[in-house]
Amino acid sequence: MGELSATWYLLLSAAVFSIGAVGLLVRRNPLIMFMCVELMLNAVNLAFVGMAFGLNDIGGQVAVFFVMVVAAAEVVVGLAIVVAIMRRREGTTADDLSVLRG
Amino acid sequence: MTEIIFGISAFIVLVGSIGVVLSRNPVHAALFLIQALFGVAVLFLVVEAHFLAAIQVIVYAGAIVILFLFVIMLLGVDRYEDLRVDPIMGQRPLAVVAGAAIFGLLLAVILSVDGLTGEASVTSPIDRVGPDGNSVADARQLADTIFTDHVFAFEATGLLLTVAVVGAVVMARKISGDLQPLPEIPGQNGEDAELDEADDAEVGE
Amino acid sequence: MTDLVYFVPLLPLLGFATLLVVGSRLGEPAAGWLATLAIGGSFLAAVGTWIGLVNRDEDDRVVEKIVFEWVPAGRFSVDVGFLVDPLSVAMILFVTGLGTLIHLYSIGYMHGDENYAKYFVYLNLFAFSMLMLVLGNNLLITFLGWEGVGLCSYFLISFWFTDEKNASAGKKAFVTNRVGDWGFMVAMFLTFATIGSISYVDIAGTAGQLSTKVATGIALLLFIGAMGKSAQFPLYLWLPDAMAGPTPVSALIHAATMVTAGVYLLTRVNAVLYEASGWATNLIAWVGVGTALFAATIAVAQNDIKKVLAYSTVSQLGYMILAVGVGAYVAAIFHMITHAFFKALLFLGSGSVIHGMDNDQDMRRYGGLKAFMPITAATFIVAWLAIAGVPPFAGFWSKDEILLSAWDTGGLNGRLLWLVGLITALLTAFYMSRQVFMTFFGRYRYADPDEDEVTAAWSGLVGASTESLELATTTVAAATAEVEAADSPEEKAAASVNLDNAIAAESEARSRVETAREAQRTRPIPESGEPNDAGVAVDFLPETVLARAEHHPHESPWQMTMPLVVLAGFSVVAGLLNLPFTKGLHFLEQWLEPALAHEHVITTGAATKWLLALIAIAAGAVGIAVAFRTYIQRRLDADKFERPVLAQAWYYDRTVSDFMGGPGRRLFDAITWFDANVIDGAVNAAGSAASRGGNFVRRAQSGFVRSYALGMSLGSVALLVWFVLRISS
Repeated sequence: MGELSATWYLLLSAAVFSIGAVGLLVRRNPLIMFMCVELMLNAVNLAFVGMAFGLNDIGGQVAVFFVMVVAAAEVVVGLAIVVAIMRRREGTTADDLSVLRG
Repeated sequence: MTEIIFGISAFIVLVGSIGVVLSRNPVHAALFLIQALFGVAVLFLVVEAHFLAAIQVIVYAGAIVILFLFVIMLLGVDRYEDLRVDPIMGQRPLAVVAGAAIFGLLLAVILSVDGLTGEASVTSPIDRVGPDGNSVADARQLADTIFTDHVFAFEATGLLLTVAVVGAVVMARKISGDLQPLPEIPGQNGEDAELDEADDAEVGE
Repeated sequence: MTDLVYFVPLLPLLGFATLLVVGSRLGEPAAGWLATLAIGGSFLAAVGTWIGLVNRDEDDRVVEKIVFEWVPAGRFSVDVGFLVDPLSVAMILFVTGLGTLIHLYSIGYMHGDENYAKYFVYLNLFAFSMLMLVLGNNLLITFLGWEGVGLCSYFLISFWFTDEKNASAGKKAFVTNRVGDWGFMVAMFLTFATIGSISYVDIAGTAGQLSTKVATGIALLLFIGAMGKSAQFPLYLWLPDAMAGPTPVSALIHAATMVTAGVYLLTRVNAVLYEASGWATNLIAWVGVGTALFAATIAVAQNDIKKVLAYSTVSQLGYMILAVGVGAYVAAIFHMITHAFFKALLFLGSGSVIHGMDNDQDMRRYGGLKAFMPITAATFIVAWLAIAGVPPFAGFWSKDEILLSAWDTGGLNGRLLWLVGLITALLTAFYMSRQVFMTFFGRYRYADPDEDEVTAAWSGLVGASTESLELATTTVAAATAEVEAADSPEEKAAASVNLDNAIAAESEARSRVETAREAQRTRPIPESGEPNDAGVAVDFLPETVLARAEHHPHESPWQMTMPLVVLAGFSVVAGLLNLPFTKGLHFLEQWLEPALAHEHVITTGAATKWLLALIAIAAGAVGIAVAFRTYIQRRLDADKFERPVLAQAWYYDRTVSDFMGGPGRRLFDAITWFDANVIDGAVNAAGSAASRGGNFVRRAQSGFVRSYALGMSLGSVALLVWFVLRISS
């Protein structure tokens, strides 16, 4: 501990990432699974910002910028897919969408 | 001082993320997500990434989570999944193991290294003092870098957003001729008066 | 001039192609003349090639002409090329020459046949294949020709395939030859594996470096091929059945050309045979001479004119194989050439006889045909003297050379080989004389009824008498009934008279039946040579006898007799090719010297040579004399010689078919089971293993996104562990 350093950010990022990962694996509601993905992306953003702070490099923030843009696009498309599927069936969870089994 | 703010914000983020994972109700989960996102925005401010903090609140908390809430409303709020049982065998224990493993490993890596080992880029330091002696805004520095070194990626992301919007519109629209009537609220038009009377009678006794 | 060799196989090929397309439109006899012209041109080209070779130095007489590279497969390179050397030129000369004569003969023989053009298509294709066989410069081209002649032999033997017997004979020839072809193929593989090339020039060049084991293997495997093609025991059984084809086919294919292919092949690789171990070549010699004796014994008891000649061919081929086995290649080729002439002459002559005798091939019905077919008879007699080994005809010189070479190998082995050959020569003289005497001399027997017809006549007589007896008996019964039924005394008296008459008639009929039966039992057995006597039953002789009595034998047209005369001329003078008196007269031996790797030296003394020759002549004379006594003077009993076991060819055919039907079939079924279950089973098991494996692995594709996500996270955990370990180490 002591002074604020990038290591704190990285630790927090790791924690949030793991929580998001567990949530993605455990929850069955597609929307909540999406939210866990957003959590993971935010964790990554935290890591980038921490490293930009630690290395005094604007590159980290540039990365965060782009991650956010792409995350927004991804959410848009993903939710459109979710809507398209779940509008027709009631009570659908991720486990019900197993038509692509081999 | 900054450390205290960091600590509080970190706590907020953690509580929020755990709340997302553990909520039964999707709306509660969305609200916990907003909490987490706000915490992250504060953390951005702590390191003086002002622009990013603003973007975080506007785009993430303001647009993306609202989009989530709209979809939740469209698909029905009262659908709760059963959190007690997982139909896929071994999923839950293995998921916990995976998560713990990831966290532990990342911890090991982070703590075993003394500080960051990466190299700073020579051309883009985060300057706090501009050539004229005043501090340079964070947004300006980001702009300088993005529009010079990363302009191609920037244009590509613009294209990506366009494609995403078009794709979403195409995918989410209803096929024509498939209009469904709005679901009725019972008793709205007074058709169940008898039932109400029966209810009233019961209640009255 | 040696470039003319390209035309030698080319012209028959063109003839084949042309006739294939327009043959049926050309019809009779144009198709036949076209085919004859093709092979005649081939003969002229062969003569030209020979002149070209003669004009070269003696050392320079091996010319290889490559047409194109056929199989360029890395280390293995096979060309389509011709090896023009003395041996192949000698072969193509007599193949094309005889071929031309036989094509000419066929024009007359096949007159009136509805598949006239098809016959000449096959004949030209056969000529092409045989010429490729002989001219090829490597084993593969020879094999191409080998298979080609086998195929054409199949086509031509079963030419009249609407009769099932002919079709079966063709199949039998093809399948038996195939067994031999296996030996040839394995020999080719072995040659390539050890020498690295299958070209004859290379084989002759490197044969000296072969180990004895390998050389023995190649030699014996090629001998198996030769056994099939040259009809040696045990693969000879197709040749007698092959007589079902038209007679010119028998002359060309089964006397002069195809069957000599085996001898040619072994002579071609004589360098390898020289390196093989002694027991292998000795085996070849014994198989040859054994087959010769075996076939000669069978020929003694055959009654079909062509079957005698078929077994005779097998026997003479045995002589050639004997010569190859003892290393006397010149003698083998010499005998091949002389045999081609007189055997073709014999076959064509028999074809002429059959043609004149209304397609009847049974010699027991011939007799005295000399008066009706003088040219045929004269040429046939020339051939007979040649094959019987009567000097100065050609057969004597060649056969004597072979016997001398056999004696010369020395030791008990050589003496025994010579002795068996001598006995065979005696038998050869005997059965050929028998054939000539039965056919051309003696009494004209064609109109005689034979045993079965006379028996039928007597049965007819007895049957007729018995019928009239029955008729008389019924008359008696009717008369008796009339007497019973008569009312008035007048009618009774009249009826009684009728009854008496009827009874008298009945007893007369009964006595006639008795006489007939008695006569049938005691009818005189005719002397051999006397006609079968039908006696009083002559009215009951079947129709076939009367048809035969109408028949008049006639001589054949010039297209058929001219080749006979030409061949007879050759049968007389062919001996000049290699007279044994002085070295200077050994034309054939000098000619063939470049093709032979090692000189075959006779070490027997001159006195012994004269003695052996005299003994051979004596044996021939004895054979002719015994035949004379049996078949012309009728002093010896023919049945002593014509035993049933010989007539049935030592029951060999039946043994083979019984074996193949019984234990053979079971073996084949076992092998089929093995192939279907073990081999196919292994392959199918591989397929089904892949399929089952896939089915098992497919269970991982559950379709559940969360399972996939779990898999990914566990995988990434593993990756992280690995990275961490790498960093920390």
